[in-house]
Amino acid sequence: MKSIEELMAIKEKMQSKVSLRNSDAGELRVVVGMATCGIAAGARPVLNAFVEGVNEAGLSDKVMVTQTGCIGICQYEPVVEVYEEGKDKITYVKMTADKAKEVIERHLKGGKPIAEYTIGAATK
Amino acid sequence: MFRIHALICGGTGCTSSGSVRIREALEKEIKEKGLEEEVKIVQTGCFGLCSLGPIMIVYPEGTFYSMVKPEDVPEIVEEHFLKGRPVERLVYHDTGADETAQHAASLSETNFYKKQKRVALRNCGVINPENIDEYIAMDGYFAIAKVLKEMTPDDVIDTLNAAGLRGRGGGGFPTGKKWSFAKASVSDKKYVVCNADEGDPGAFMDRSVLEGDPHAVLEAMTIAGYTIGADEGWIYVRAEYPIAVKRLQIAIEQAREYGLLGKNILGTDFNFDIHIRLGAGAFVCGEETALLTSIEGNRGEPRPRPPFPAVKGLFGKPTIINNVETYANIPQIILKGADWFASMGTETSKGTKVFALGGKITNTGLVEIPMGTTLREIIEEIGGGVPNGKKFKAAQTGGPSGGCIPASLIDTPIDYENLGKIGSMMGSGGLLVMDEDTCMVDLAKFFLEFTVDESCGKCTPCRIGTVRMLEILEKITSGNGEMEDLDKLEELANHIKSSALCGLGQTAPNPVLSTLRYFRDEYIAHIKDKKCPAHVCKKLMQYVIDPDKCRGCSACSRACPVGAISGEIKKPFKIDPSKCIKCGACKATCKFNAIDIQ
Ligand SMILES: Cc1cc2nc3c(=O)[nH]c(=O)nc-3n(C[C@H](O)[C@H](O)[C@H](O)COP(=O)(O)O)c2cc1C
Ligand code: SF4
Ligand code: FES
Repeated sequence: MKSIEELMAIKEKMQSKVSLRNSDAGELRVVVGMATCGIAAGARPVLNAFVEGVNEAGLSDKVMVTQTGCIGICQYEPVVEVYEEGKDKITYVKMTADKAKEVIERHLKGGKPIAEYTIGAATK
Repeated sequence: MFRIHALICGGTGCTSSGSVRIREALEKEIKEKGLEEEVKIVQTGCFGLCSLGPIMIVYPEGTFYSMVKPEDVPEIVEEHFLKGRPVERLVYHDTGADETAQHAASLSETNFYKKQKRVALRNCGVINPENIDEYIAMDGYFAIAKVLKEMTPDDVIDTLNAAGLRGRGGGGFPTGKKWSFAKASVSDKKYVVCNADEGDPGAFMDRSVLEGDPHAVLEAMTIAGYTIGADEGWIYVRAEYPIAVKRLQIAIEQAREYGLLGKNILGTDFNFDIHIRLGAGAFVCGEETALLTSIEGNRGEPRPRPPFPAVKGLFGKPTIINNVETYANIPQIILKGADWFASMGTETSKGTKVFALGGKITNTGLVEIPMGTTLREIIEEIGGGVPNGKKFKAAQTGGPSGGCIPASLIDTPIDYENLGKIGSMMGSGGLLVMDEDTCMVDLAKFFLEFTVDESCGKCTPCRIGTVRMLEILEKITSGNGEMEDLDKLEELANHIKSSALCGLGQTAPNPVLSTLRYFRDEYIAHIKDKKCPAHVCKKLMQYVIDPDKCRGCSACSRACPVGAISGEIKKPFKIDPSKCIKCGACKATCKFNAIDIQ
């Protein structure tokens, strides 16, 4: 290694790989329901889409993606909840990997929840 | 892209409680479930709660599993990794947690961790110590880069002085000052040495740093080399630390491959390389001059100072020698600045200190606290208190060179000066907690036995004086002590302190002096009343049968291995004190609680 630039390149390449270990990270927490019903309804691709998308969007310092058990609304699975400090929880229902990408773009990055994917819209 | 990182402790404690088998089981299970792309298994260094091992931490939540068994692994994978439900029964339950506290305590929220401030241990239990890239991801090697590109040797020394870093190996000598002496020495060759001998019984701070974050030590030694003008470094580590040695070897090789050790480091004309020397584990070899003598290939005996190593050290050349933990602080001081470091701690003692917490305490393990934290905070909050409802009696810091801190001084803020004032010392960081069942005379005897064994024999006060002191303690604990013995102990102690050649002898009397200072009444009880108040000294104990409680069942007389108990059935039995060997078998057998210790 001849320069700081090379050192920096390794750091950047690696940072996304270790940032997961900072459990304090994130003003935003994305929680994917991963109980039997969620998994059956396709929660795994949704979870993976969030993990990858958040990282690609460079949001891994800000957003923590995690999973939880049954949220209790099995007919709406896959369910994803977004927690933000000082704000009401947003619950997205019937999620897909594509919708996840949109949520990352518009909500996590852009700061605007997507109303039509939320539970409020689904129960109307 | 991994969505879960499962960190398994690969420190010495967890390795011996079976963490390797956990890792194997986990690898197998993850493969079977087809999760290889989603779950990453990382082997780390010590998390600090070794008595609860094997320990596993699952991120991103930071779920903290303790005492994991291979049989538990399928459940963790199925329930937690697949379905997102942490396995409650394996989650560490916080000591003293109230009902509102989360059960699935994430590591950083436990009482054990909350009051800690991890500087020297910051990467331990976070990164894989066998992967240099993970160290770099945590800003590793950016300090040496900064030093080489932006700082002169004097800048480094000024920074360390402004930070107020003092040696963590025991003496507390200002590190910047030590480096400036070595820099000022003129020579064609200089050396940088790392003291990883860690001979204090019960201490394992340095081992954990080496096992958990070896690159931090290599980086700091390289900074030291640049600062004093040395191109060669030696790490002296005891052979009893095989995991630490292996990780150091791997780290050195990786650093060489990356050109972070060797010639022309980071494209500059600075060269530096590091070698390892294994020590055979003699306590005296932790003393700096004995250590250097040992690296040179000779019997590890101290030599007189001056000349100090900074002037005439390894192979007669100017040398700096620092402790592992001292080094582990340095890269961060360079990166975050002297002010950051100096903002932690007390007036005279800056930064943090790692302690190995042991003895009669709920959470044994490794803790790093800001200087100035009180003993009470360490014992009651971080350590979770003294178990089994017993009372805290005293704590020993500094191991065989240190002294005890009695319960009355539990609110003393811990720093170099305060510990010195109350007759103890910081030492390298062993912190032994004792409850009411500890006999302080016996404790002093224990440490003195250690120094008698470990004395190298080069000088008379230590070789003979400590033996004489030990003889007096034996006399006292066997009930033959006289009051003059206490004066004799003190007189001998003071002579040894002032005339021994090296620190081993000079500090050997400390445990006796400090217990005499705070627990003189216990010595007097042994001498005048022929009693050991804590019922530890066997020769002063007597087993007696309470005739009112004894039903004459004869169970005790059958249990006694030496036939010391006799009597008639249904009448109170009796113990013959001349035959009794005080093994306690009778007391353990009696159903009526009729046997007392006096
Ligand atoms: C008997 C004896 C044993 C010692 N053992 C150690 C040891 O195991 N580790 C250590 O770092 N320093 C030990 N020291 C202190 C060293 O002599 C030396 O002061 C220290 O390594 C300097 O490093 P520091 O300034 O970074 O603390 C010992 C000293 C004595 C007298
Ligand atoms: S004080 Fe003890 S250990 Fe030190 S040189 Fe003398 S005999 Fe050896
Ligand atoms: S060795 Fe695993 S926690 Fe210390």
